[in-house]
Amino acid sequence: MSSPHSSVATPQATRLAPPLAGARNYPAQKPAEVYLFGTCVLDLFFPEAGMDAIRLLEREGIRVHFPQGQSCCGQPAYTSGYTDEAREVARAQLALFSHDWPVVVPSGSCAGMFRHHYAELFHDEPATLRQVEALAARTYELAEFLLEVCRIQLDDRGSPIKVALHTSCSARREMGTHVHGRSLLSQLGQVERVDHDHESECCGFGGTFCVRMPDISGAMVRDKTAALAGAGADAVVSADCGCLLNINGAFEKQQQSLRGEHLASFLLRRTGGKSDGVQS
Amino acid sequence: MSAHADTPAIPISFKRRAHDAVHDAQLRKNFRGAMDFLMAKRAAQFPDGDELERLRAFGNRVRARALSKLPDLLQRLEANLTRNGVKVHWAETVDEANAIVHQIVAAHEAKQVIKGKSMVSEEMEMNHYLEGHGVDCLESDMGEFIVQLGNEKPSHIIMPAIHLNAGQVASLFHDKLEVDYTEDVDRLIQIGRETLRRKFFEADIGVSGVNFAIAETGSLLLVENEGNGRMSTTVPPVHIAVTGIEKVVENLRDVVPLLSLLTRSATGQPITTYVNVISGPRKADELDGPQEVHLVLLDNGRSQAFADSELRQTLNCIRCGACMNHCPVYTRIGGHAYGTVYPGPIGKIVTPHMLGLEATRDLPSASSLCGACGEVCPVKIPIPAILRRLREENVRPPAAEPHHMRGQGSKYSRRERYAWKAWRTLNTSPRLYRLFGLAATRLSGLIPADIGPWTEHRSAPKPATRTLHELARDHLGED
Repeated sequence: MSSPHSSVATPQATRLAPPLAGARNYPAQKPAEVYLFGTCVLDLFFPEAGMDAIRLLEREGIRVHFPQGQSCCGQPAYTSGYTDEAREVARAQLALFSHDWPVVVPSGSCAGMFRHHYAELFHDEPATLRQVEALAARTYELAEFLLEVCRIQLDDRGSPIKVALHTSCSARREMGTHVHGRSLLSQLGQVERVDHDHESECCGFGGTFCVRMPDISGAMVRDKTAALAGAGADAVVSADCGCLLNINGAFEKQQQSLRGEHLASFLLRRTGGKSDGVQS
Repeated sequence: MSAHADTPAIPISFKRRAHDAVHDAQLRKNFRGAMDFLMAKRAAQFPDGDELERLRAFGNRVRARALSKLPDLLQRLEANLTRNGVKVHWAETVDEANAIVHQIVAAHEAKQVIKGKSMVSEEMEMNHYLEGHGVDCLESDMGEFIVQLGNEKPSHIIMPAIHLNAGQVASLFHDKLEVDYTEDVDRLIQIGRETLRRKFFEADIGVSGVNFAIAETGSLLLVENEGNGRMSTTVPPVHIAVTGIEKVVENLRDVVPLLSLLTRSATGQPITTYVNVISGPRKADELDGPQEVHLVLLDNGRSQAFADSELRQTLNCIRCGACMNHCPVYTRIGGHAYGTVYPGPIGKIVTPHMLGLEATRDLPSASSLCGACGEVCPVKIPIPAILRRLREENVRPPAAEPHHMRGQGSKYSRRERYAWKAWRTLNTSPRLYRLFGLAATRLSGLIPADIGPWTEHRSAPKPATRTLHELARDHLGED
């Protein structure tokens, strides 16, 4: 080949990584009303966690709205490469949040979808993009919202317990909320958070990854459950139900007694609230 | 155009290889141990998170700037290398690159080639090619030497023999080099070095890779720890460097942050033992160095990545290997399971351009998109976003325009497309969605205990008795 290139390289075609995300600015006052986006996994498999999230928010004096039209954030199709289908499902959710109240999501990965990936889906629809950006700006993961916006003060009424916290990869890497989960647990006087081996490593769920690559995903969840079981914890909590579905399914298959529960349920119970108790 | 068009589609068997790898306890142990070690070494090099983030952003910008003027920089590189006495060759395919190398070898009637570590030469399968033309090709990097001795391929781009432990290397040396069995690592390295030392002086040609090709000065920068790179590039009378067209940077100043990012991210070293800057053959008044220096610049699909603004970021890569060290998938299956020259997260996004999506169809799916790779990448390649994009290219109709990638639509399936359309209908119609929720919760007893891949490792998920939609409506009223 005599010349290096046939195509023309325009500087515009070269992408720069976005600038460092600074610390998020949180509102000085907690709002009177919020939306809860419950997520499809909670809806079917962990509805009690959604109700416990609602009760925690109500206890903070906030009126919670649960738009009955909500379904899924679109992530399964998005990460599977079915972008058009994901976009239409995302569009259906966008229509639900007409007031400018914060949108609280009891899942780091679905919150991450709102905050980071919707803009990608609607990048060539300027009007929708503005709506998406406004939604992203008022979307909070539940633990983040309780800690940073409600400035919640938790009063632990439970007996001493050791807890392992599993943070989903999107909560950790897209939302940075592993810090919030830890902070909330640290407010509980009788709760000792124990580290587990390779804590920051993925549990192997990954949406459709777990069925597309069952051997690899299976190896990952076996290692994760072994690490959690080996941490000497009495309880496992996580703020992401996708991970919990995976981890609990593996615990059950291995006939271990340990089960993970959603952070919202754990926090509510520890602080004297009555968890909804329709444990699946 | 592809040199690899007739290569068997290796990753067709990716799942099979992955299956075998996750059940190989020794391999799992070797990789977990080695990756933990490398992660800790890297972490120790970046104690200050803010400094790391600033440096990564800087590295990203340096690479992006170089790519934004890639054709211009390549021409300047060629002009300045030529001025320095280096002969520059362009190769669009690996076949062309091998033919160029062979011409040089033939012109010198060379019989022995000694190689420093070079992943591009692996990409070319240069050893195999030259051996087919009666030329001996010996790897001089210790890891590559071990892998070549065992008739294997590298399992990691920085640590080619990382899949082996000392005992396995000891057995290999004992069998192949007929030396006494020893697991003493220092002794093993000594044995390797003694074997290689002689070969450096016998070789007619030395081959190396390039870490950074510097346009402004016409220099080739090469980092290494063993001294074999310097030997390969200075002792034999002819030096042939091979590299990808994306390795060019504008000037020496640009190398400073990239070098710091590279060595700290790769092996957790503040700097490598050797940093070679090669700026031409031996001059009239010099006592050593090769009489001839050649550079082969290889495209092999890189132009395809370059043509798309999202995929172009793939070419930011400085080949540190941090993404594989931190990858939970790579840690569990090792490098060989990928069946490609470049394994791990970077391999999954770069190889489809080299071999086409058809031959690499399963690679983009072999990720939980956990983001560990993107988090550590020193030049901030958004690897998870690119993996997602490749999935999109993989399921687009093969004939759909615009056509971004060779092998587009290799996983296109009407059935799957209909399933996602049905999913879309369900999730865009609130009434239908709630009906589905009711059915799923009321009929949960009908979920079979065995649901394919999920229940191999987990019990079947059990829907709750009532959906959150119902519970919330009871509690909050209709909203």
